[in-house]
Amino acid sequence: MDINFLIILTIIIPLAGVPLILLSRNSPNLREFITILTASILFLTNLLLTINTLGLSESKTFVIVNFFPGGSIQLTPEPLGLIFGLIASGLWIVTSIYSIGYMRGKNEKNQTRFYCFFALAIAATMGVAYAGNLITLFIFYEALSLSTYPLVTHHQSESAKQGGRTYLGVLLTTSVVFFLFGIIWIWSITGTTEFVSGGILENEINPYLTGILILLFIFGIGKAGVMPFHRWLPAAMVAPTPVSALLHAVAVVKAGVFSVLKITVYTFGVENLSSNGASEFAMYLAAITIVAASIIALKQNNIKKMLAYSTVSQLSYIVLAAMIVSSNSIIGSTLHIASHAFGKITLFFCAGAIYVASGKTEISQLKGIGKAMPLTMAAFLIGSLSIIGLPPTGGFISKWYILLGAIQQEEFIILLVLIISTLLSVAYLLPVIYLSFFLTPDSKIDHGEAPTAILIALGISVTLTILLFLYPTPIFQIAKFIGN
Amino acid sequence: MLSQLPALQVVIPLIAAPLCVILRNKEISCLVSQAVSIVSFLISLILLQQVLNQNVISYALGGWLAPIGIEYRLDILNTFILVIVSGISSIVTIYSKKSIEHEIDSEKIYLFYTGYLLMFSGLLGMSITGDAFNVFVFIEISSLSSYAMIAMGKDRRAVSASFTYLVMGTVGATFFLIGVGLMYAMTGTLNMADLAERLPKVYETKAILVSFAFISIGILLKLALFPLHLWLPNAYTYAPSVVSAFLSATATKVAIYLLIRFGYTVFGSDFVFIKYPTAEILASLAIVAIIVCSLVAIFQTNIKRLLAFSSLAQVGYIILGISLNNLNGLTAAIVHIFNHAISKGALFLAMGCIALVIGSVKIKDMEGLGKKMPFTAFAIVIGGLSLIGVPLTAGFISKWYIILGALDKGWWVLAILLLLTSLLALVYVWRIIEAMYFRSSENVYKINEAPISMLIPMYVLVIMTIYFGIETSFSAGLASEAAKFLIGT
Amino acid sequence: MDLILSHINYWVAIALMMIGFYALIARGNLIKTIIGLNIFQASVFLLYITFGKVSGGTAPILQKNTELYSNPLPHVLILTAIVVGVATTSLGLALVVKIYESYGTIEEDEIAKLDAQEEN
Repeated sequence: MDINFLIILTIIIPLAGVPLILLSRNSPNLREFITILTASILFLTNLLLTINTLGLSESKTFVIVNFFPGGSIQLTPEPLGLIFGLIASGLWIVTSIYSIGYMRGKNEKNQTRFYCFFALAIAATMGVAYAGNLITLFIFYEALSLSTYPLVTHHQSESAKQGGRTYLGVLLTTSVVFFLFGIIWIWSITGTTEFVSGGILENEINPYLTGILILLFIFGIGKAGVMPFHRWLPAAMVAPTPVSALLHAVAVVKAGVFSVLKITVYTFGVENLSSNGASEFAMYLAAITIVAASIIALKQNNIKKMLAYSTVSQLSYIVLAAMIVSSNSIIGSTLHIASHAFGKITLFFCAGAIYVASGKTEISQLKGIGKAMPLTMAAFLIGSLSIIGLPPTGGFISKWYILLGAIQQEEFIILLVLIISTLLSVAYLLPVIYLSFFLTPDSKIDHGEAPTAILIALGISVTLTILLFLYPTPIFQIAKFIGN
Repeated sequence: MLSQLPALQVVIPLIAAPLCVILRNKEISCLVSQAVSIVSFLISLILLQQVLNQNVISYALGGWLAPIGIEYRLDILNTFILVIVSGISSIVTIYSKKSIEHEIDSEKIYLFYTGYLLMFSGLLGMSITGDAFNVFVFIEISSLSSYAMIAMGKDRRAVSASFTYLVMGTVGATFFLIGVGLMYAMTGTLNMADLAERLPKVYETKAILVSFAFISIGILLKLALFPLHLWLPNAYTYAPSVVSAFLSATATKVAIYLLIRFGYTVFGSDFVFIKYPTAEILASLAIVAIIVCSLVAIFQTNIKRLLAFSSLAQVGYIILGISLNNLNGLTAAIVHIFNHAISKGALFLAMGCIALVIGSVKIKDMEGLGKKMPFTAFAIVIGGLSLIGVPLTAGFISKWYIILGALDKGWWVLAILLLLTSLLALVYVWRIIEAMYFRSSENVYKINEAPISMLIPMYVLVIMTIYFGIETSFSAGLASEAAKFLIGT
Repeated sequence: MDLILSHINYWVAIALMMIGFYALIARGNLIKTIIGLNIFQASVFLLYITFGKVSGGTAPILQKNTELYSNPLPHVLILTAIVVGVATTSLGLALVVKIYESYGTIEEDEIAKLDAQEEN
């Protein structure tokens, strides 16, 4: 099939799902079937697109509309976007299966609205993945913020509204003030915002200003959660767990770090940055975030809050890897998008499973829960290993490459930071396992495992986490195309 | 016939006005206004076509050639303004019937349309004429009729608002008159093109500086730049909805056109921006206007008042664009005249629908409106997004150009400040959206959506707000042509 | 002294302008505001007429044995401006009447007070 057709399909398919979901609102079974069907079709489309694109020698661009001369909405399939598109659409299937168990298990209201905005958010994510220039990226980035707002405030309680305001406030403020400003700045220097291999800024602007521009993007892409603009992430924890999974593993945060990575590779250019060292400051900023967020995570008692800060820290790994700008670290950060997605979604699924089965939300309540929910807690272990970066999980591979990149560029402080943060993540994740398996409960546990749909989803995400370790070649193959 | 179009543009509404008085029938006068607006719109489109072909059309009124006679002179800029004014008027008059019947006593409706047509022809005349004194006459025609129309509002505060406007408006117009007089005394001509030629010889004199000061203050009063804006909020708040929509979309815009015309064509940018620090003065006033008026807007409880303050802030953006004195800045100003006219027009028309259905435009009465009046509420969302400057709405295009303009000029801080201020717009728009969608109303009585005859014209503007956020070859294309023409590159 | 006498018209115009403007902005009676507005406009009319005077010229009526006329154009312009002024005044007065009917006063500060009450 024609690539232009396929690429526009990736946005149209989830959009087309919306009216269908709305129409079937009276029959939950049909509605959820449609969601999963849409997700599966989308995944297949992405797969087809990947296969078709990688055989090509040059990238193809599909222009949707022209705003003004030179400014347009356009989609380009390139390796980085393809990986992100595959991950996001694949995990949409898993999250949908999980949502069925969770939303029904908790008897949530407004489930139709939930599935609709979920589909919209995925459509926006696809737009982010295949954006062909900065303007397109910005537009879909904003669309993603707006379409996830109703998901965050799903409960419509006062605390949900409060969280929603912080969420939207931080994301929109940073994107409008820094991100948009950076885009217009680049436009006024080069007259283009196109994503081109090797970047568009070489010899256009001196290293100091490049450094400032990078900061504009790092801060402007608030979804990447680099401190001090990480507040929205814990605030968004008021949302139902599938939303947290979407936010923290699939769409939102990944769209953030993906954008950072994409801009690093295709706007600034790896060669350009590594030769002038403009990304140094941003790199240290990410390093500080990694350590600081890990320490905060250590202090959390609420499981979802702890996972949120862990996410902040892990996201900065990807930013850090991008800012190290070596060929290995770019591959490492691409892989880390995938491995963190699989690992973190597993952990969130577990947190939700515990909540559905037992109503518990705090770490201290988990004593001895491993006996009642062995499968869930085993999955939690695998997820934790991946976040820490131990075999046999995908997290090991990605961290390995980031370390290689740091050594390649002789950034030994960064090496130290990576080691410290690994230890910290051991310190905040493994106590949960210890509590649940080796301590006796305070009161009698009278519940079993979570609903089957949740367990199926967990099973898939755990399998993916391990598969990424055993068989990383496909993603690795695609990642190698980046920047060529 | 075709060669007489510039005159017809102004004369048709001018003749139709007394016709309404003679007929004394509300239905017919409404129809007449609609027909006249649409004909004017078509004429302006033909004129636009002609201007695009031959750059400048000069029309000697009554056959008396310039500079003795009055010249109507059309270039891309003012033809674009004509299209905006008459286009908005077509939409507003089609919309007006139900809203006016609701808000104005039935025996006064024909007088309303008389006043409306006079104001319409005044605005068209201000845009089209090439004679400085003639501008004054048309300013007064449009102003006098707008005072009368504002006073037709239901609330008694409409009358006092109208009186304040009358006093300040007359002072503004008289200032303008003094300035024109001084120019005439120094050059012996009133024709703008002639003035532009002769003024450089007397640039050094104090009289010309004084004349420029009087003219610009007079115009700034009319376009309500902070701190000369005091008349506007009450006038927009208490005027009939149709009048608020039309005034906000066109009246201040035509005044802005005059500022561009006198700044760039008559006095010339060398005099205005290089010889004197006009740019700095205008820009600082504009920034203060944007920040102060946006902040004030955030705390309003009456939405029409909120929109009035938002208009003042948006005027600030346009003035800022003008003061940048470069291609992107001027393009931003001109395209924002258009973009703001359509989005603010849509918002005020939506307010008219709400006033018609629930009889109030207070924010607390609009709670839960998202479910009860879904179409009107959605129109407000789109209009609001455009005010913020969200991508894919018309407002984004303006924002894009103005920031480019600021960067071209090297005003970095300003560019960042502009982006920050758009967040203020986010706050006041979000207040409305939150009230409509995230709060449920305590009132249980059932209300219906506004009548379809009002929804359709409103949605024309809403669709335009989106369309011109995506396809900008008409709006931004013409604006940049006009800017190129003015800057002379 | 000479400067004042030779430009007497201008000085008078400026004086009138200031008087009118003061009457206009000093808060008070709406009728007085309108009177101020009229004085203000009249000063501008005077200014224009003065521009038109050509020293030694007579009234611009075509007649034999006269070479030098004053400039008629400012007169024409001011005729228009006077008409506009009359219209403004009458509209302003009409508004004052309407204000009196609905507020029961034409003192600006009292109207402001009444409006503020309604607001709360």
